[in-house]
Amino acid sequence: MDEATLVKAKGICKTFPGVKALVNVDFELRSGEIHCLMGENGAGKSTLIKVLTGVEILDAGEIFLAGQPIAPSSPHHAQQLGISTVYQEVNLCSNLSVAENIFIGREPLRFGSIDWKEMNRRSQDLLAKMSLNIDVTQPLERYSVAIQQMVAIARALDISAKVLILDEPTSSLDAKEVEKLFGLMSKLKAEGLGIIFVTHFIEQVYAVSDRITILRNGELVGSYETANLPRVQLIAKMIGKAFEGFESSCKNAKDSNPKESRNAFLRVRGLGHKGSIHPFDLAINRGEVLGLVGLLGSGRTELARTIFGIDRADSGEIVIEGQTVAIHSPADAIQYGLAYCSENRKTEGIIENLSVRENIVLALQGKLGWMKYIPKKKQVEISNKYIQLLNIKTSGLEQNIKNLSGGNQQKVMLARWLLTEPKLLILDEPTRGIDVGAKVEIQKLILSLAETGMSVIFISSELDESLRCSSRMAVLRDRVKIAEISEEEMEEKYIMQTIAGV
Amino acid sequence: MEKIGYLWNRFTSSKLCWPLAALFFVLLFNFFFTKNFFTIEIKDGHFYGVTIDILNRAAPLMLLAIGMTLVIATKGIDISVGSMIAISGAVAASLIGGKLEYVDGVKTLVTLVPMPVAILAALLVTTLLGMWNGLLVSKVGIQPIVATLILLVAGRGIAQLITQGQIITVYYKPFQFIGTGYVLGLPFSLFIVGLVFGITLYAVRKTALGMFIESIGINAVASRFAGINVSKYIFSVYAFSGLCAGLAGLIICSNVSSADGNNAGLFIELDAILAVSLGGNSLDGGRFSLVGSLIGALVIQSITTTIYALGVPPEITLVVKSVVVIIICLLQSAKFRKMVFAKWAQKRGIISEKNAAKL
Amino acid sequence: MITVVLFFALFAVGSVLYNGFFSTQVLLNMLIDNAFLIITAIGMTFVLIIGGIDISVGSVIALVCMLSAYLLEMQHLSAMIVIPAMLLMGFLFGLMQGGFIHFFDIQPFIVTLAGMFLARGLCYVISIDTIMITDPFYQFVATYRIPLPFDNFISISVIIAFALVLAALYLSNYTKFGRTAYAIGGNAQSAMLMGLPVGRTKVLVYGLSGFCSALSGVVFSFYMLSGYGLHAMGLEMDAIASAVIGGTPLTGGVGFITGTVFGVLIQGVIQTLIMFQGTLSSWWTKIAVAFLLCLFIVLQRIVVSRKERTKSIS
Repeated sequence: MDEATLVKAKGICKTFPGVKALVNVDFELRSGEIHCLMGENGAGKSTLIKVLTGVEILDAGEIFLAGQPIAPSSPHHAQQLGISTVYQEVNLCSNLSVAENIFIGREPLRFGSIDWKEMNRRSQDLLAKMSLNIDVTQPLERYSVAIQQMVAIARALDISAKVLILDEPTSSLDAKEVEKLFGLMSKLKAEGLGIIFVTHFIEQVYAVSDRITILRNGELVGSYETANLPRVQLIAKMIGKAFEGFESSCKNAKDSNPKESRNAFLRVRGLGHKGSIHPFDLAINRGEVLGLVGLLGSGRTELARTIFGIDRADSGEIVIEGQTVAIHSPADAIQYGLAYCSENRKTEGIIENLSVRENIVLALQGKLGWMKYIPKKKQVEISNKYIQLLNIKTSGLEQNIKNLSGGNQQKVMLARWLLTEPKLLILDEPTRGIDVGAKVEIQKLILSLAETGMSVIFISSELDESLRCSSRMAVLRDRVKIAEISEEEMEEKYIMQTIAGV
Repeated sequence: MEKIGYLWNRFTSSKLCWPLAALFFVLLFNFFFTKNFFTIEIKDGHFYGVTIDILNRAAPLMLLAIGMTLVIATKGIDISVGSMIAISGAVAASLIGGKLEYVDGVKTLVTLVPMPVAILAALLVTTLLGMWNGLLVSKVGIQPIVATLILLVAGRGIAQLITQGQIITVYYKPFQFIGTGYVLGLPFSLFIVGLVFGITLYAVRKTALGMFIESIGINAVASRFAGINVSKYIFSVYAFSGLCAGLAGLIICSNVSSADGNNAGLFIELDAILAVSLGGNSLDGGRFSLVGSLIGALVIQSITTTIYALGVPPEITLVVKSVVVIIICLLQSAKFRKMVFAKWAQKRGIISEKNAAKL
Repeated sequence: MITVVLFFALFAVGSVLYNGFFSTQVLLNMLIDNAFLIITAIGMTFVLIIGGIDISVGSVIALVCMLSAYLLEMQHLSAMIVIPAMLLMGFLFGLMQGGFIHFFDIQPFIVTLAGMFLARGLCYVISIDTIMITDPFYQFVATYRIPLPFDNFISISVIIAFALVLAALYLSNYTKFGRTAYAIGGNAQSAMLMGLPVGRTKVLVYGLSGFCSALSGVVFSFYMLSGYGLHAMGLEMDAIASAVIGGTPLTGGVGFITGTVFGVLIQGVIQTLIMFQGTLSSWWTKIAVAFLLCLFIVLQRIVVSRKERTKSIS
């Protein structure tokens, strides 16, 4: 093993019930390098980090730190071994002071009581080394996320780290703060620290990293020197098929409906929500499938949420079938014929402990109100119809939904929304975490829905899936809608270039 | 034999299993140890006996349990119901008063204000207070226990203000009927409970209310996404709890013929929460059973009466209640179940590891 | 801080309105009458800091009173044995509650509710009637007046309360235990990830609350010289109200010992105001306190939601 190799992971496997999170992944980090770990949701990045930092225990494989085999059993243990992590959510206690956050658990003592003066002085010094001069006696929550992250890094470093893992550190930072962070990272790199930098911002990857490792669907795609990997290839490896031998399979069932603007079902002008999505314009015709594409964090979900009323828009207007409408809540949106199938079915979709039947009829019942109760017999009839239609595998209507597999739960969600007979159906990552067979079924369903005149907004990270189902696309990057791609222009290469911004 | 096995399975997997079992054991205990527990005679034109007494005394608690069940189902709690009972009694008693007047030459008690008005006033006040709670929880976003704490602290003070610090006695015959009267031989209060229970049961099972409340309690976010107006329903259940407390307060006031701002309904909110919990309802919200809560209330009242009938000092009641609370909570605690039962059953090979994890 | 200002404002109002209000003794009397509440409220503050709640404190006070009276009068034990025994019992009782809360993951409200029933019930089991305390040591402490300059005096209880306040200030600001408690209240998950002894601290905090309740019970028994089942009814709510008015929110992570002391004093000054007023019933105290409580809770909620809104914008 190379002397410069700091961390070496071989053949890492990790399985969760029903999901193979990591399959035979190798990873290597050299000392004095900034190594980017990339991949879409579900690719396995977070699982790999969790295995390295002791949050999860690997099922198979080995990890070596500076040549010695290690088996981190808890975050605390990993920290003692020298592997520290700073998460996106800054796992500190914001009600405590900066100095305290750095030192809690290991406060300097004087005659048995905490020596605040010493603690404050040492914290000041630590932060000064990072070119950060702030009042360490103030509560952490007074400071911006950028500074909170620096404090978290200071804590990690002070506990003596050899490896620093930064998990999506720049999501809440502005350009200047990112600069500062990168400056710090370069300094640490020069001191011999090994840094694993997890991010989805392509520009930042190219600005600061030495090497890139890409994961996809739990498997290792490859590790590359950043200088030798052009942007488009990077994106291709993350979400698309290889260029060579690509065939555009999108010509099939989309010619039947006219696409003139006068058929626009929904038109959005300047709709935005501070902090989540920059004001955008959008138009969707009847019977059209509009695909929203972009990388993780580009704002696709936020866009959908703003249209559907989950996040109340603070600018712009929505026009449905020629009438300006006010959508202030999901209930309003549903009354106007919209439907939204969330990507987080566990937290925002299924109602655990309620039966399959109840989960299916919930949205329709919500639309009708509490007084117009759907008679049990009708509920059974409707539910059975959709169970058949969508091929939902359940032991019965009354089964507790939490016992269904992910794919079947997703189908129940689809059933719920289809039941409300929406005019516009927004599907956010409907095929995530579902087996291939079910994926195809859902894709076919989307196309057939469009044929009946329903408009669909389809969000997916799998580009080939989007291509197969959409008649048009909107591209987002960094919370801004940057382009629309018409049917003629839809070709994987062009799309990835648009996403990459080249 | 098979039929019995089938019935047994249906019984144990039914959610009412545990509350019914608890009631059964209490009754069984009484069967052996209490003289004349199940004796029912006819005296003064109505049924009379220990069991009738239990039903009568349990009426206010049952009413509270009905309201509390819905509140807890939305993942909330209402600890102000005891104070609202005191206020309800205070309003009614003050408005009825104890004036003696000559009517047709006979000295009778008359009411200052027509009785229906007094009753409606009391109910209106507690419902408005319930709405206040509901507003704090649904619109201002304060934790339920915190929001209802305010009324808990202030409530008795308000009741005392209304009664001007006195304990107002109410001997007005028609009013007394509410708590002590009998219809068809059974206590009138039971009919009140029956009516409220009937209407509530109809409302939650024959309309979508039950489904919405359960959905909100399990996952308020997903419910909102599905188009349910979460605030509206949360507001309503607290208002309803206020109404139930108002009714309970009237029964209690009528029963003791007085309104005591200090002691009326003291600690009864804790009994109500206990009753709901005993009834198999999780304090974390979600699926609920009104019948279960009623049974829970009966169990609590039976325990109290049993202790009294046995000649044991009634102080023991509190100790027994605390033990019961702890046992229920332990059983409801997943961690505890895992710690104690799963390992034991796994070792005996009764259940596989997978099922143990599901416990 | 609002609480301190409020206290002095109320005191000033009273001094203006009534003769004889503005005197040091009036102020000291507030301390004497509420010493036991200060002690309880301090224990409650710690529990609130970690984001929990303890509604058993009133009942524990009653139990301590009753048990002390019983042991002193019926068993003729010496005060030197009884007092430490009571303190130990309170501590263990608290530890037990903390254990149930942490290890079985049961809600603090329910566990301490059961604790409340248990303690109050045991109280009645010992004796339904009042037991008067005639023990000479207790009699001495109850009546002894510590002379202060200008003809003022305070009772020993106040000294005890004062000592506890100092101890609590030290614990909360200069020990790892105290700081861990704040961390848990701020973000229990982060605290765990940072390697802090979360479980141990949580259980100890409830133990501390039990100890404070017991100490408060001892002080209360000096004050009342009796054991009685209905002692300290609803006191837990007064303790919570004092802490909240003193600036400790019910959500955890923040807590001010001095604030709590002033919270108690505010209740005291309102009580005194009403007493001086003469015609208003004492129940107005409860209403006034509830009003302040409501105000502070709503204010805290507004502060929190404003914080949340600025966070999501970044």
